[in-house]
Amino acid sequence: MSAPRLEIEALTVRFGGLAAVDDVSFSVAPGTVHGLIGPNGAGKTTLFNLISGLVAPSGGAIRLDGQRIDDLPSWGRARSRLARTFQNIRMFQDMSALETVMTGMHTRLGEGLAASLLRMGGFRKAETGAVARAWELLAFVGLADAARRRSGDLPYGDQRRLEIARALALEPRLLLLDEPAAGMNPSETLALEDLLEKLKAQGLTILLVEHDMHFVMRLCDRITVLNFGRRIAQGAPHEVRADPRVVEAYLGARVARSLEAPQ
Amino acid sequence: MPEFIDDFLFTYQTLVYSLGINGLLALSIYVVLALGQLSMGQAAFMGMGAYVSALLTVKLGVAFPLVLLAAMLLPALAALIVGAPTLRLSGVYLALATIGLGEVQRIFFLNSELTGGALGLSGIPMKGGLVSIYGSLGLALLACIFVARSRIGRAMEAMREDELAAGALGVDLPAYKLAALVVSAMLAGLAGALNAHVTSFISPEDYGFHAAVSILSYALLGGIGSPFGPVLGAFILTLLPEVLRSLADYRGVVSGAIIVLVVIFMPRGLLTWRMGRVGAATRRPS
Amino acid sequence: MLAQQLFNGLVVGSIYALFALGFTLMFGVLGVVNLTHGFYLSIGAFVALYATQHGVAIWLALPLAALASGVIAIVVDGLLLTPLRRAKASELASLMVTLGATLLLYSIANAALSTDIRRFPPGVIDGSAIDLAGVRVTLTQCLIVASAAGLVAALLWLMNGSRLGMGLRALAERPDTAALMGVNAGALVRLVSLISGGLAGACGVLIGLNYNAIQPYMGEVMMLKGFAVIILGGLGDIRGALVAGLIVGLLETLTAGYVASSVKDGVGFALLVLTLWIRPSGLFGRIAVKRA
Repeated sequence: MSAPRLEIEALTVRFGGLAAVDDVSFSVAPGTVHGLIGPNGAGKTTLFNLISGLVAPSGGAIRLDGQRIDDLPSWGRARSRLARTFQNIRMFQDMSALETVMTGMHTRLGEGLAASLLRMGGFRKAETGAVARAWELLAFVGLADAARRRSGDLPYGDQRRLEIARALALEPRLLLLDEPAAGMNPSETLALEDLLEKLKAQGLTILLVEHDMHFVMRLCDRITVLNFGRRIAQGAPHEVRADPRVVEAYLGARVARSLEAPQ
Repeated sequence: MPEFIDDFLFTYQTLVYSLGINGLLALSIYVVLALGQLSMGQAAFMGMGAYVSALLTVKLGVAFPLVLLAAMLLPALAALIVGAPTLRLSGVYLALATIGLGEVQRIFFLNSELTGGALGLSGIPMKGGLVSIYGSLGLALLACIFVARSRIGRAMEAMREDELAAGALGVDLPAYKLAALVVSAMLAGLAGALNAHVTSFISPEDYGFHAAVSILSYALLGGIGSPFGPVLGAFILTLLPEVLRSLADYRGVVSGAIIVLVVIFMPRGLLTWRMGRVGAATRRPS
Repeated sequence: MLAQQLFNGLVVGSIYALFALGFTLMFGVLGVVNLTHGFYLSIGAFVALYATQHGVAIWLALPLAALASGVIAIVVDGLLLTPLRRAKASELASLMVTLGATLLLYSIANAALSTDIRRFPPGVIDGSAIDLAGVRVTLTQCLIVASAAGLVAALLWLMNGSRLGMGLRALAERPDTAALMGVNAGALVRLVSLISGGLAGACGVLIGLNYNAIQPYMGEVMMLKGFAVIILGGLGDIRGALVAGLIVGLLETLTAGYVASSVKDGVGFALLVLTLWIRPSGLFGRIAVKRA
């Protein structure tokens, strides 16, 4: 097995006295889709915020391709090509969809103040290239026709896909998706699944938090299960599904049933 | 120069100068507002530029370009000292610290013998003029447009809309905030120096809280979707008391009321047009 | 000499603490830095001035002034900040509105009242002083320290020892869920405005008595001290503001006494900048500073 893309080691964060993430370790292999599941309040989003640098850990280590990233601010991690989306979409409302995607290329485009002011050297070439790439990304997520529309005016499902395109613009080594299917209707969810399958086929490494179990089970290569901030199980989808600790964690019989019988 | 322009300038000289200087001040606060920060130190930076430049010209006879440079560097330094520690904190801290800077500077100007106390400084030679004022305004406007239409402009708008998301895309938030604050202080310092060298007289009360709020009202009335908005706002609010003479005594009421009304009812300001943030054609590739 | 300076510092510090308490309470509970706070101070001073000019005794004029300032604070908040709260506008939008409102209110007051310095009618308070172990203590100074101590004690009891305080703390923590828990948010917002404006108003009367000078802009001068105190104490920290107020008052008085009185007004600002550099969470470090 190749060296892990992401390695989480004994990661812990305490808010007040309470450990929201407690001694969690796991790793994500390159080119795989790794799922992170658990009941509400299990610490999934907190773990995402730790990995992307929005919350500072109380202990432990995070490595991206073997490099420690836990002492970097969020923008430093983005520069290491770690990209993420948010559970509650965070859109730049007034920008066009095209500009939104181009914002994701911030660190890739290196033009400084002088180049922008004097329009010298490769400035226009770089911007033209960025525009072309943004069109490609929009076409890839199926939003080419919305390129000039105001991001904030797009329907909910389109905003989710635009957020993914914006993250892809970083050319990420690792993409964190925080509940990408949340609030989507069934047909939007299917379209999203197609999109993620395409990304997986291209070899992108994805770490995913999602509540829709069918979605997770179908898409993920490996799954880590959290409960009360601790890792309680890990493995391939069929292993996790059969793990009694996981079923117990979800308590409600309805959830247990849905785990046992995916369509 | 044709005679009628000469006549016009002679009659309206002060107004024409104020338009340009206030336009420059509006751009100076636009630079910070554009990325979602609020600096209330623009009047203080302006005053710093005015006093430093006046002292250098009057007491030491330094060449005008060097005077302008000094008038930009000192406010930049002050912005670093007061602004830098606030940039990792919520925006409220920068606003409070910069209002504080203005007050403490006003008290200093009032009490220092060097700055002439409450009487201020007078007899400043008229070294500024149409060319230096409108040249500076034009250059600053052009720079703002070019920067807006680049990755820096996109990063700034992203920060204003959602700082957290902008950071997650790789925008170095503290560096951007600090750079914007320093540039904004330099523009205000320049405006102060130019103003001092066309009005020949400056006093502490020109750079107090009232002036700081007026500068903010220019940008908010005009709207910050593009750099043109703040300049438009400055022009309107400078001309208004000239057209409606009765308003001249109530400038404070007008500036204050405009901010209150615009923020609550018209958050985009008068010029709602938003400038694109791409430095190339955005046509769909075939 | 030192004892006298320390006592004078205590008096000035009590005023600063009283002023800053309302300021920081407003931020702590409602999340707004309300810059009109200084204006309520001017209002309080003028109400007491008119009341005493019409023969009302000072001990009655003081609560009257506090009440009037508090009511005006409720009106200003209701007109300007409630719509923004409802629209979930940004912190900076509220800050800008109060900034505009401050200039607006001062300009109106200025036009209506003129900037002449007014004085309380002679004999409004016994001007004689007693000698306490070499320290000269006036009745005004006693009134200032006693009122400040009483108001602070009442506020601390209200915040920590009463049901209302629990509601206020719930509102401060989670404005949305507080409403669900049966906290009447609108009423509490008005209560906070009343208390905070009232404290500023009372403070205005005490300052007017201490320096025997009243004019519309007196609140603006206090703004700088207020900022220094609330940042030194930690934005939103009530006990912090109390201690920081005393510190700023003492340091200012000592600076005026032993260095030069012209440097005095720079003390607060220097403390403000130092706090931001060294310890932005304030004296006690209890305030979780919202980081970008």
